[in-house]
Amino acid sequence: MAGLSLRNPVMTASGTFGYGLEFEDFVPMSKLGGIIVKGTTLLPREGNDYPRMAETASGMLNCVGLQNKGVNYFAEHIYPQLRDMDTNVIVNVSGSSPENYAECAAIIDGLDKIPAIELNISCPNVKDGGMAFGVTCEGAASVVKAVRRAYHKTLIVKLSPNVTNIADIARAVEAEGADCVSLINTLMGMSIDIEKRCPRLSIGTGGLSGPAIKPVAVRMVNQVAKAVRVPIIGLGGIMTTEDAIEFMMAGASAIEVGTANFIDPAVSGKIADGINHWLDAHSINDVNEIVGIINQ
Amino acid sequence: MRFFKMKQIKDFTVVSNNRLDERNVLLRLSPIDGQMPAIKPGQFVQVQSPAKDNTFLRLPISINNVEDGQLWLMVQMIGDGTKALGALREGDRINLVLPLGNGFSTDKAKGKILLVGGGVGIAPLLYAGKKLKDQGAEPVFLLGARTASGVLERDLFEQIGRVLITTEDGSLGERGFVTQHSALQQEKFDKIMVCGPKPMMMAVARYAKSSDTDCEVSLENMMACGLGACLCCVEKTVKGNVCVCTEGPVFNINQLTWQI
Ligand SMILES: Cc1cc2nc3c(=O)[nH]c(=O)nc-3n(C[C@H](O)[C@H](O)[C@H](O)COP(=O)(O)OP(=O)(O)OC[C@H]3O[C@@H](n4cnc5c(N)ncnc54)[C@H](O)[C@@H]3O)c2cc1C
Ligand SMILES: Cc1cc2nc3c(=O)[nH]c(=O)nc-3n(C[C@H](O)[C@H](O)[C@H](O)COP(=O)(O)O)c2cc1C
Ligand code: FES
Repeated sequence: MAGLSLRNPVMTASGTFGYGLEFEDFVPMSKLGGIIVKGTTLLPREGNDYPRMAETASGMLNCVGLQNKGVNYFAEHIYPQLRDMDTNVIVNVSGSSPENYAECAAIIDGLDKIPAIELNISCPNVKDGGMAFGVTCEGAASVVKAVRRAYHKTLIVKLSPNVTNIADIARAVEAEGADCVSLINTLMGMSIDIEKRCPRLSIGTGGLSGPAIKPVAVRMVNQVAKAVRVPIIGLGGIMTTEDAIEFMMAGASAIEVGTANFIDPAVSGKIADGINHWLDAHSINDVNEIVGIINQ
Repeated sequence: MRFFKMKQIKDFTVVSNNRLDERNVLLRLSPIDGQMPAIKPGQFVQVQSPAKDNTFLRLPISINNVEDGQLWLMVQMIGDGTKALGALREGDRINLVLPLGNGFSTDKAKGKILLVGGGVGIAPLLYAGKKLKDQGAEPVFLLGARTASGVLERDLFEQIGRVLITTEDGSLGERGFVTQHSALQQEKFDKIMVCGPKPMMMAVARYAKSSDTDCEVSLENMMACGLGACLCCVEKTVKGNVCVCTEGPVFNINQLTWQI
């Protein structure tokens, strides 16, 4: 898919699976098509203040704010631990200007065991950039254009659902050379502690994830599938094998498991097995037969 | 891939569920496969609550005790998730991820150790006290509650060491907060370990600092994954924001940036 060779369509979503190392007790990495590691930026970031999380009906809000030690720390200290992982290790890249997105991507381009990056132009939790790029066609195009020049391997662009028409953004990033799009990132939300009369999260708002957002995500994957030719990675609220199949039928060639990892740390491996069992039970030889089947 | 597994997802059966008072229960659990993982005092578990609708994430709960192949959890019923745990019955199944977090530094502790707990925060102190006693240290418990009935597991603490009590209404022990107990003025301790509401932990930390005593606190920041993956549970430390679920929940007060 898009120049990546995936053992199976199941990956893990950025920010929900750490660097994979945190989950080695629970899932053999060889079971997964790939893992998308934490959001990485050119310079280190401390992230937002605590509290960063609030539980909501069938979901959660977070405002972590891209806490990470920067791309150079990643390359020197974390990458060596991930080199020999038996799966595709993909880095999620964030930034605050097209230039620093590109600079960060260029450093990762030099790491031979990282076959792809996922550009996060959709983080709702940082003031300086991130989602600002993902909500207009021009903004999205400017970042992808700059990164495309600096990055030569598979370029996945992760789209924000906090837009009027996600298909337009998908077309804009495809036109600038994205090899693949992934969607959706979290939906912007808010939760209030009525006794304390204040928001539950330190910065007021946060990104909603979990099963609460799944129907929105499936709809958007389907919309984008009708608009672009590049492959799609679907995510948003996937908890089970059946959820994953639903995204594939809507048009996703692969899927990412996110918040579900918190409830069952072994769930990504179970979904990978579950898809195979489902295909066998329905006498389907090639998983691609179901991709976008509702559009045919 | 590592050769041995540290953290596990495991099914347990509820052996008993005892009411301790109107808000707290004690669950005794036994692993279905009979294999209890090695557990350090101060570590915690992530419990899958049987309440399905609004509780979706696992709940972090301290390990109260490990005894006779059973794991004890003390649960204060405050929201949907903990109320559903309180309603579990003998024979029910429950799924845990464990053991999580670093735990108290009981293995290195020597001499007279003060273990201070407030409310359900006393939970991890029982197992910690037991371990301390086993290795020849002298645990002294200082337990605080609003009223006498809120001093949970008092008899069990008394079997391990000396128990000092404060209640806000004076119905048991000395009247006031834990930091007002007379023993703090009269005795010197080699180390203090604390778990409870944050204002209480800060007050004890202040006492520890002023009396130049080494002090560890167990934090209860809100958690999602419990595995160091989501970065939701961070606490500001001298090293920057760190995850309470993996680098804690126990911190030496020197590591924290509390204004005390
Ligand atoms: C390391 C650790 C150890 C803990 N040990 C114990 C224990 O031994 N016994 C026990 O009864 N409780 C313990 N807690 C607190 C317990 O996890 C929460 O009370 C529980 O998650 C609340 O869930 P709920 O669905 O019942 O309530 P909710 O309806 O989710 O919340 C009720 C109230 O509790 C607060 N709360 C929610 N989640 C947490 C949380 N993770 N930490 C602190 N406050 C929270 C909310 O802000 C709200 O005000 C521990 C927490 C941590 C982080
Ligand atoms: C705690 C947390 C942290 C996240 N961090 C990132 C991030 O750094 N970069 C990113 O692109 N998405 C991040 N996300 C979004 C997820 O990757 C995913 O798009 C979203 O949660 C929807 O999927 P889910 O419902 O399966 O979790 C984060 C989500 C959560 C819950
Ligand atoms: S709870 Fe997820 S990192 Fe601590």
